[in-house]
Amino acid sequence: MAIVFEKTKGLTDKPFHYCPGCTHGIIHRIIAEVMCEQDILENTIGVSSVGCTYNNYEYFACDMAQAAHGRAPAVATGIKRVHPDHTVFTYQGDGDLASIGTAEIVHAAARGENISVFFVNNAVYGMTSGQMAPTTLLGQVTTTSPFGRDSGLQGYPINVSEMLATLTGAVYIERVMITDFKNIQAAKRAVAKAFRVQKQGLGFSMVEFLSTCPTNWGKSPVESIDWLKENMVPQYPLGVFKGKDLEV
Amino acid sequence: MNKRILMKGNEVIAEAAIRAGCRYYFGYPITPQTEIMHYMALTMNKAGGTFLQAESEVAAINMVYGASAAGGRAMTSSSSPGISLKQEGFSYIAGAELPAVVVNIVRAGPGLGGILPAQGDYFQATKGGGHGDYRNIVIAPASIQELYEMTVEAFNLADEYRMLVMILGDGTLGQMMEPVLFREEEPIVESTKEWALTGNKGRVHNSIQSIYINPDDLEAKNNELQAKYRAIEEKETRFEAMETDDAEVVIVAFGTCSRICRNVIRQAREQGVKVGMIRPITLWPYPSEVISELAKDSSVKAFLDVELNAGQMIEDVKLAVNGVKPVYFHGRTGGNLPSQKEILDLIMNIHKEVNQ
Repeated sequence: MAIVFEKTKGLTDKPFHYCPGCTHGIIHRIIAEVMCEQDILENTIGVSSVGCTYNNYEYFACDMAQAAHGRAPAVATGIKRVHPDHTVFTYQGDGDLASIGTAEIVHAAARGENISVFFVNNAVYGMTSGQMAPTTLLGQVTTTSPFGRDSGLQGYPINVSEMLATLTGAVYIERVMITDFKNIQAAKRAVAKAFRVQKQGLGFSMVEFLSTCPTNWGKSPVESIDWLKENMVPQYPLGVFKGKDLEV
Repeated sequence: MNKRILMKGNEVIAEAAIRAGCRYYFGYPITPQTEIMHYMALTMNKAGGTFLQAESEVAAINMVYGASAAGGRAMTSSSSPGISLKQEGFSYIAGAELPAVVVNIVRAGPGLGGILPAQGDYFQATKGGGHGDYRNIVIAPASIQELYEMTVEAFNLADEYRMLVMILGDGTLGQMMEPVLFREEEPIVESTKEWALTGNKGRVHNSIQSIYINPDDLEAKNNELQAKYRAIEEKETRFEAMETDDAEVVIVAFGTCSRICRNVIRQAREQGVKVGMIRPITLWPYPSEVISELAKDSSVKAFLDVELNAGQMIEDVKLAVNGVKPVYFHGRTGGNLPSQKEILDLIMNIHKEVNQ
């Protein structure tokens, strides 16, 4: 019998611990598939961060470091300076990257650090049970904005991709969403492009994934995908914010 | 070739690190250690390494974490307020068992304090600072020559034990100039680092992390760390004993403070009071045993702990003396140094008191 689908060698056999309907598993898989397709698995070093994906060093089959909360871009910088010919990526959530780790991500981008950042934005802190994130939408109910995020009290969502795209050192930035086959394929193309940008030594690349958190949103997986499209996309439009015409 | 060169302490640290094979330096400016950065900026690239001015002390220590995880010899340096910011990283480095060298050229605190020399970071350096049960090897040089030799040694110790080694200096050591004699060749001990992140070609993938969600795994990790720390206490404790054989009053002082006290020993002996000194060279592991032994010696009447703080190492001295003999204290804060005269006067009073 012909094999029509098999698990990528870019992932270990360790079962994911993610909640039903969570899109981290899909994002892990496409990153792993791209590593194998580009034949860079043996030359890639990833950095896990703090949040739901704290232990994805057990899932990716490449060498991995686990970083303190928000510090993954600094850790990745240290790794990349030792191994400039290796592919180095970070995998960070919105609390990690857009709140506690803002200095590290901004300066890694400003330095044009030749790393790829995979930024998963689900508008909420998942691991610690649904607190308000910097990317939480106005009006969105979370455990620390129980009456809905109020701009007068809690300010406004941060559009990280648009913000980092203003920096010269950032050469490729794209926002995608993990909602359906077509968009997942588009996300995979973005991951592949980010790694190619790095391979060619062009500088900082980032893919932002709009992602769901059914558990903390209090919705079913299917409802979550609809909610993402209806509410997150207007605030976080999809597209390439930097490096649209980049031929890699 | 064997020519002494007059150099500033901070520059000697940087030169020593490069000689020791350090190729990754990450730092953030702060007085009174910034000359380390200046020297690194000028020389590290030529040595084939990386000098990077980080966006913060927090980022710098995490870059060290990354570079060390990747197998590089990495360091950072700072002064007290900046070291406070790095403590998070120290704890992660301890948990992940990564080699790292950190230099703290201590200034007066608390808060922004002042830029003049102090030893007020003794507690922070030796008792933790960051969260969790961990230790760093803490080395306290007292001269520019020692800054050089001990910085080189720090890199070997860091690799051997896979842990953070801190050089604890102070503003005086960082800023003053003394002649230094460099060796033709450094005693660099190369280690294989099979655990490092180098790409998983031909092996199962490596991971560097400090998290162990399963309590039994984490306890096992803690036990492993503690066993390593006990071995270091056995093997790496270092001190200098000066004229303690017949001493009635034993001074305990480290770093710059020990330099001042060294002169007092001679002055006191000229006046007929037998004074000696224990100078801890490693502040962790602490040379408790030699102090305990001296405390039991019938000729020793009292200890005098002298520090550039309000009394921190004195807790370790008292633990070692264990109530057997009185322990006196003299300290200055704010960036001031004690004069030889004020220490000598105190010793004369102590001598009188214990002989009554």
